[in-house]
Amino acid sequence: MEYWLPIIYMAAMGLSLLIYVILDGYDLGVGMLMPLANDAEKDIMVASIGPFWDANETWIVLGVGILLIAFPMAHGIVLTELYLPVTIMLMGLILRGVAFDLRVKAGDHRKALWNRAFFLGSLVASMAQGWMLGAYVTGLQSNTTSLLFSALIALTLPALYLTLGCGWLLMKTEGELLTKAIGWARKSVWPMGLGLLLVSIATPLVSDAIAEKWFSWPNFLILAPIPVLSLAAFAAIVALLNSDNSIYRGHGWKLYASTVAICVFASLGLGYSLFPNIIIGQMTIWDAAASLSSLKFTLVGVAITLPIIIGYTIFVYRIFHGKATHLSYD
Amino acid sequence: MDIDPLVLARIQFATNISFHILFPAISIGLGWLLLFFRVRYTQTGDKAWEYAYYFWVKIFALTFAMGVVSGITMSFQFGTNWPGFMEKAGNVAGPLLGYEVLSAFFLEASFLGIMLFGKDRVSNRMHLISTFLVAFGTTLSAFWILSLNSWMQTPTGYYLEDGVVMVESWWEVIFNPSFPYRFFHMVIASVLTSAFLVAGVSAWRALKNVDGPATWKIMRTGVMVAAVLAPLQIFIGDLHGLNTLEHQPAKVAAMEAIWETEEGAPFTVVALPDEESRSNKFALEIPYAASLVLTHELKGEVKGLNEFVGEHPPVAIVFWSFRVMLAIGGLMVLVAWWAAWALRSGRQASKPVLAALSAMTFSGWVAVLAGWYVTEIGRQPWIVDGVLKVQDVVADHSAATVSGTLFGYILLYLFLLASYIGALRNLSAKPAASLILNPAGTASANTGDNTAKGGES
Repeated sequence: MEYWLPIIYMAAMGLSLLIYVILDGYDLGVGMLMPLANDAEKDIMVASIGPFWDANETWIVLGVGILLIAFPMAHGIVLTELYLPVTIMLMGLILRGVAFDLRVKAGDHRKALWNRAFFLGSLVASMAQGWMLGAYVTGLQSNTTSLLFSALIALTLPALYLTLGCGWLLMKTEGELLTKAIGWARKSVWPMGLGLLLVSIATPLVSDAIAEKWFSWPNFLILAPIPVLSLAAFAAIVALLNSDNSIYRGHGWKLYASTVAICVFASLGLGYSLFPNIIIGQMTIWDAAASLSSLKFTLVGVAITLPIIIGYTIFVYRIFHGKATHLSYD
Repeated sequence: MDIDPLVLARIQFATNISFHILFPAISIGLGWLLLFFRVRYTQTGDKAWEYAYYFWVKIFALTFAMGVVSGITMSFQFGTNWPGFMEKAGNVAGPLLGYEVLSAFFLEASFLGIMLFGKDRVSNRMHLISTFLVAFGTTLSAFWILSLNSWMQTPTGYYLEDGVVMVESWWEVIFNPSFPYRFFHMVIASVLTSAFLVAGVSAWRALKNVDGPATWKIMRTGVMVAAVLAPLQIFIGDLHGLNTLEHQPAKVAAMEAIWETEEGAPFTVVALPDEESRSNKFALEIPYAASLVLTHELKGEVKGLNEFVGEHPPVAIVFWSFRVMLAIGGLMVLVAWWAAWALRSGRQASKPVLAALSAMTFSGWVAVLAGWYVTEIGRQPWIVDGVLKVQDVVADHSAATVSGTLFGYILLYLFLLASYIGALRNLSAKPAASLILNPAGTASANTGDNTAKGGES
């Protein structure tokens, strides 16, 4: 148990954060696309994510919650080191979260202001999250290399979220807005691809420990499917975006699905790179773990509630399945 | 200027948690009021209840969003500001917060989507269930977080191993001695806060003639709930105080500004507690009253602050916060009963009653904040009473970093608070009928409300 429980919790934390990226990623992406749309389209875009964003955001609370529950020793160190980006991210999430309601409830003359807040909050939160991920992967160092690396991910993650957001809009919109969304997707997918490529190259360069894990025989061969399948998913995206007709015929979901696939592969790669460290070069998951009794107590709750949560999350997505034209915040 | 980073970290945390609590203080109670409106509408088909639901669900959605985003801030700040707390007490705090996320946060967030947007997509029954689950989720969330807070005040069910808290009995941790009192005190505070908000906004709408008979019906609901709960709250508060006297005598001594242990201690109505001279300057006292209230005996012994030199909370702020809470509580009973009398058997209240109700719109906020200041500042210098001190768990950020972000938070929160009240004012000026949308998706009445693409929220 002492060996396996921290591993189970690390997997659960990774899974929560992956689900967070996949789900809140699309609604942050939609937020960043807002300035490109006209007023009526903005309403539809916000409405398309309205029923979901709050629950989506809860996954990051769960992710950080698991860090706190299972690895209290690391929780404090990680969040203390990331104090500034966390604060900036929180301010972004706050602005954007309240903008959902305030853009339509604060009065017509303030709508433009809250639309801007919605955009700005989404952008700032996404970039801050990227920065945090970069800082985390480099072991919370603050030398030039790791700052550059953090900056690179701070640009890449928003591009990924933009693509997820476009993927969401391909499923949820129709008519002119759909056509626009296809155009946006074409523009966001290349920066995302370039960013992910650069991150993949840079990661082993900034961390010897990670380089060793990847480029030793036979690990390299066993791990080869991760980059290969990522490339395949990216190729599928490019192929889809070259065929407007298939999107109009209802294949738009493939953009979202392929981007999700890339996220899954990236997180598998990341998980492999980190394991068994909770903070690279400082602390393993076993060093940081909470007491056995606390881990067991919470595991009971996780085992009972997580399937239920996943169940009603699917239920909610089914209820709001289809185009979002007839939904709205007002 | 040299400011202690510990003081700054505390001010920052206090700022965040003060801002945050404003919104759950409304949404926990308002969730249940909404369920009541929703059920009454289903039962009676009375338009007034439908209006009540649709008007207040908009305010609920806004309030809920404010609570969510400021709550996410809290979940991160435990780590960014108080890393030592998680290192030393994480074995208790972690699982309790975890259960809150797992059992409550996802529940309320997910079913809120159905509640706000799903009216035309699910059956009436499913929509009712969703409304219930949202109210239930907010209360469940209060259950876990108040359990943790209470454990920090009255820790039980644990032992220490190398300075780290280990759990002996989860039952004793969760149902620690102050938990039942704090839980009921807070849940009732929330229902009272939302009842005065509902009554106050309705009174304002009635004064301005914004809306028809529905407003009076909604106002009556708020007033009647307040008239019953305001006195009940005083009763529960008294029980809570007795519990505090038993477990945290230093807090009670600060609340009453009692310096020396006394039998037959007087109740100090107002005073200027002075920590330098360790005495009260200018005190207006009622003989024996503190002993009577606290021990229910005329000659009962009340411990004084001098028994806890160096380990008691700052006196003046706890003393005054407590008096603010008491004053608002008393005012709530008076106004609620006055309004209930004025509104009895279908009467319409006069202008002074309406003005009084609308002046009390945000009274719950003041009382809730004051009450939390009493209990939280009253716990100082401990973060976990008798186990862990605040100064030992603070993160070592520079004063510049913390004051910079603190300044940012304060600006943001002031702006958001103004926006929230502005939005409330904006919505209150509109007739409820104009806020209801028909299934086709456009506003059913011509009000100039900007609802280009309808639906509901």
